[in-house]
Amino acid sequence: MDFIHQLVQQLINGVSLGSIYALIALGYTMIYGIIKLINFAHGDVYMVGAYIGFAAVTIGNLPIFPALIISMALTACLGMLVERIAYKPLRHAPRISLLITAIGVSFFLEYASMYFVTPTPRTFPEVMPNISFNVGGFIINGQQLLILGITIVLMAILTYIVQKTKLGKAMRAASFDTETAQLMGVDSDKIISMTFCIGSALAAAAGVLVGVYYNTIDPLMGIMPGLKAFVAAVLGGIGILPGAVVGGIVLGVVEALVAGFLSSTFRDAAAFAILILVLLIKPSGLFGKNTNEKV
Amino acid sequence: MFFSKKKLRLASMIACGILASAIFTGCGGDSAGGGEGNKASGDEIVIGSNFELTGNVAQYGANANNGLKLAIKEINDAGGINGKKIKIVEADAKSEAAESVNAATKLISDDKVVALIGPAVTANVIAESQVATDNKVPIIAPAATNPDVTVENGQVKDFVFRSCFIDPQQSEVMAQFAVKELQAAKAVIYVDSSSDYSKSLGKIFKEKFEADGGVVVMEEAFLAKDQDFKAALTKIQTANADVIFVPAYYEEVGKIVKQARELGITSAILGTDGWDDAKVVDIAGKDALNNTFFCTHYFEGDDEVQGFIKAYKDEYKSDPNVFAALGYDAGKMLINAIERGGDDSQKIRDNIETITDLQVGTGKITMDAATHNPIKGIVVIETKDGVRSLRTKIAPVTAEDKDRSEAS
Amino acid sequence: MNSARKKDLVMLIFGLVLYGILQTMISAKIIGSFWELNIILICVNIIMSASLNLINGYTGQFSLGHAGFMAVGAYVGVVATVKFGLPLIVALILGAIAAGFLGFLIGLPTLRLRGDYLAIATLGLGEIIRIVIMNIDYVGGAAGFKGIPHLTNFTWVFMAMLITLFFIKNFVNSSHGRACIAIRENEIAAEAMGVNTTKYKVLAFTLGAAFAGVAGGLFAHQFYLISPTSFTFLSSFNYLIMVVMGGMGSITGSIAGAFVVTFISAALASFPEARMIIYALALILMMFYRPQGLFGYMEITNVKPIKKFLDKISSAKGAAT
Repeated sequence: MDFIHQLVQQLINGVSLGSIYALIALGYTMIYGIIKLINFAHGDVYMVGAYIGFAAVTIGNLPIFPALIISMALTACLGMLVERIAYKPLRHAPRISLLITAIGVSFFLEYASMYFVTPTPRTFPEVMPNISFNVGGFIINGQQLLILGITIVLMAILTYIVQKTKLGKAMRAASFDTETAQLMGVDSDKIISMTFCIGSALAAAAGVLVGVYYNTIDPLMGIMPGLKAFVAAVLGGIGILPGAVVGGIVLGVVEALVAGFLSSTFRDAAAFAILILVLLIKPSGLFGKNTNEKV
Repeated sequence: MFFSKKKLRLASMIACGILASAIFTGCGGDSAGGGEGNKASGDEIVIGSNFELTGNVAQYGANANNGLKLAIKEINDAGGINGKKIKIVEADAKSEAAESVNAATKLISDDKVVALIGPAVTANVIAESQVATDNKVPIIAPAATNPDVTVENGQVKDFVFRSCFIDPQQSEVMAQFAVKELQAAKAVIYVDSSSDYSKSLGKIFKEKFEADGGVVVMEEAFLAKDQDFKAALTKIQTANADVIFVPAYYEEVGKIVKQARELGITSAILGTDGWDDAKVVDIAGKDALNNTFFCTHYFEGDDEVQGFIKAYKDEYKSDPNVFAALGYDAGKMLINAIERGGDDSQKIRDNIETITDLQVGTGKITMDAATHNPIKGIVVIETKDGVRSLRTKIAPVTAEDKDRSEAS
Repeated sequence: MNSARKKDLVMLIFGLVLYGILQTMISAKIIGSFWELNIILICVNIIMSASLNLINGYTGQFSLGHAGFMAVGAYVGVVATVKFGLPLIVALILGAIAAGFLGFLIGLPTLRLRGDYLAIATLGLGEIIRIVIMNIDYVGGAAGFKGIPHLTNFTWVFMAMLITLFFIKNFVNSSHGRACIAIRENEIAAEAMGVNTTKYKVLAFTLGAAFAGVAGGLFAHQFYLISPTSFTFLSSFNYLIMVVMGGMGSITGSIAGAFVVTFISAALASFPEARMIIYALALILMMFYRPQGLFGYMEITNVKPIKKFLDKISSAKGAAT
């Protein structure tokens, strides 16, 4: 009984942790899907989003939802700006150069932020009531429930946009073959820019919500979650929206179970080990389609 | 032809000659360096600040650096020492042991500093201490509380000092506090396994707590920069302990306390000087922090620390934390050593060793020449409804006291 | 003696002369201890970037876990010297064997993956290695391994670097190396031509890992203390940056990349707060103007005037022998 109780509580912990990875992974996977770039700066865009939200709440004295919207809007602009300045000139360069540029952007965002806001962590004021529900002895946190809800809603909206709208069709076309899409009248540059806009807004939402839930933000907060989100995206099959969410939740659950029943210090190692195992069995992730390379 | 045979032969002979002489001198000379310390010249005294300014412990390094800069600014504003201003040259230890060695080497060999302050974290100081010893330049480490920092194989390191107390003292105080004041019988230890500081405190707490009659029923670990501790806390909850000992830094501590209370853990939570930052209250929330205790270097309500707190607030518009306070103390100690006629590394080292009853930011300290640890008091602080109060104050234990108690 | 060997000999003499000049300057204290340390670091980084180049640049396998192999070499090396009292040379060889063996074990299954999937898998493996080391108390765990004797000096790193460079250069120019390059250019075509792709991918990965192990051993015996924080995925990124900045598939490029990155970092040491910002901007600008890296696929020995010069002296040399 006690074991079962602990197991269920750990599953709850895992899902709530995983929903955060999933939220960041959504943006990651969208951007990867369209320009095949591992955008290492995504975690740092998430950090900037958290800081903008923090500034809106503390300096602007705004309630949480307007702050969230402002943060998403400004961070979306930042995302487009980064794409326009740093990635667009390299569209025809080798992919590895683009990756190095992404690492450069990541360093720049981290250390420019550190220069301006100092490395000292900031604490979010309590902008949202923190309620925990006790359901039959299991503790469920209200804010985490909210994060999970938002993740699922965003996933649904994004899937709708990608699958059913004209914009989505253009995105899929550009993702499939940028050049041909261009010939067919799709403005690829605009589509890529839009993708960065949406992806960065998602990262900002995640940043603000995580800041509110965990209460602290600092300039290097994006490194680990960014990496974990990437792992989640690959786990689910990179470029596939529901895959990112499932990957994130699987990752969260694995971490919680390892920390709860084995050892916390091996938690990250276990997360990577699961990733590698999944890839060895299914090289394109849980939801990915295996495509045979043609000669 | 570009080269004639003869020329080529000549060239290769010269090459071999250079090579032979290089190997000869290379083996003959001491490649590890081994300077004789640096001496202040001109109307400035140059000291080095080697803190973690980037990387994952940058927040601690930057705070300690702020404390140091404040101490130096005060003395320079007051006219310097014997008319000479003190100049700080900063280098970045980048939160890595190898980079700490690199930065210390630069400060000593290029900037010719007479003494070094920093870094904040134990491993980085230990790496750096070898460079300082080889070059005979003293270091004061503000916040490295591990005993190995100043002592190696039972031998005190001549050029390494610190401005804080050491880990065994903290763990001993908290273990005793748990048993005597809280009547605890069962304890859980939850440490940051990426930090030497945290692990060694946990180990010593276990020894002392069990020696005092308690039982440690579970040991768990997390990693610095973790956000979510619920998995391990759910496990800890099943142990039903009276106290949970979390020797860690404030950012993680705040989150651990918050999430523990959220899961319904009501046990007392104990900690050490890494907790000492006003942000803990903001992160964990007022209610969550009830029934928590930690030991640290000073109590912010004490009269003798008001001067430092006010000066820090005026300078940086924020409350000092423990790293800032210890950085400030280290600066004060160095200033005192220079004031007493220390114009070169060797004299400064000798003067630091003989610091007696010096008034620094957090109280009065005396350097113990046998261990290079300052002799200073320790306080246990209780937090209730977000307000800190002094629970117990333990007077400094001098070396003589210790000898006496061991003899009896 | 064929002309390739002769060119090797000329480059070797050039390397030894460079060594002689630098060592004399260090002994005469013309180069201070800070720059001496950074020259040593440059040599270690050259070994790292050249060995990573063998995997990433020549064989086209995207590895992001190179720091993990360095960590294995470093820890095996210090255990050998500190716990068993073995000489440095033995420690370096043991470190190389251990790292190479691990590279072989890891490479065998994971090299089936391609592109970004391989990248994230190797990144994960590098992190797993680091976390495992962090949990071994025998080597100091998270606190790091203390009390390492200072055995590395300029002579050691320079000689190790020369050996690495010559080995990798000759490997790449051998039929094995050609097979690796064929895999990079087109794996399916290479397979169709009868190249055993798995064998060569694993071979390149193992060799690269082994040299990273040597670099780790040298690194560890320079800094008195090593801790797992020196081998995170961010340091793997750093080595990748050196490779790409210098030019994928160019040994000269690896040397230049390691030199430039280490030099920038050391030169900016006096501006701690702005250092990383400047570095990041330099990285981005570099990629704008030379996305193929400083040297691309070029080798210094193929640059026209130098090639001419080399041809001349090697033919002179031929006449001499």
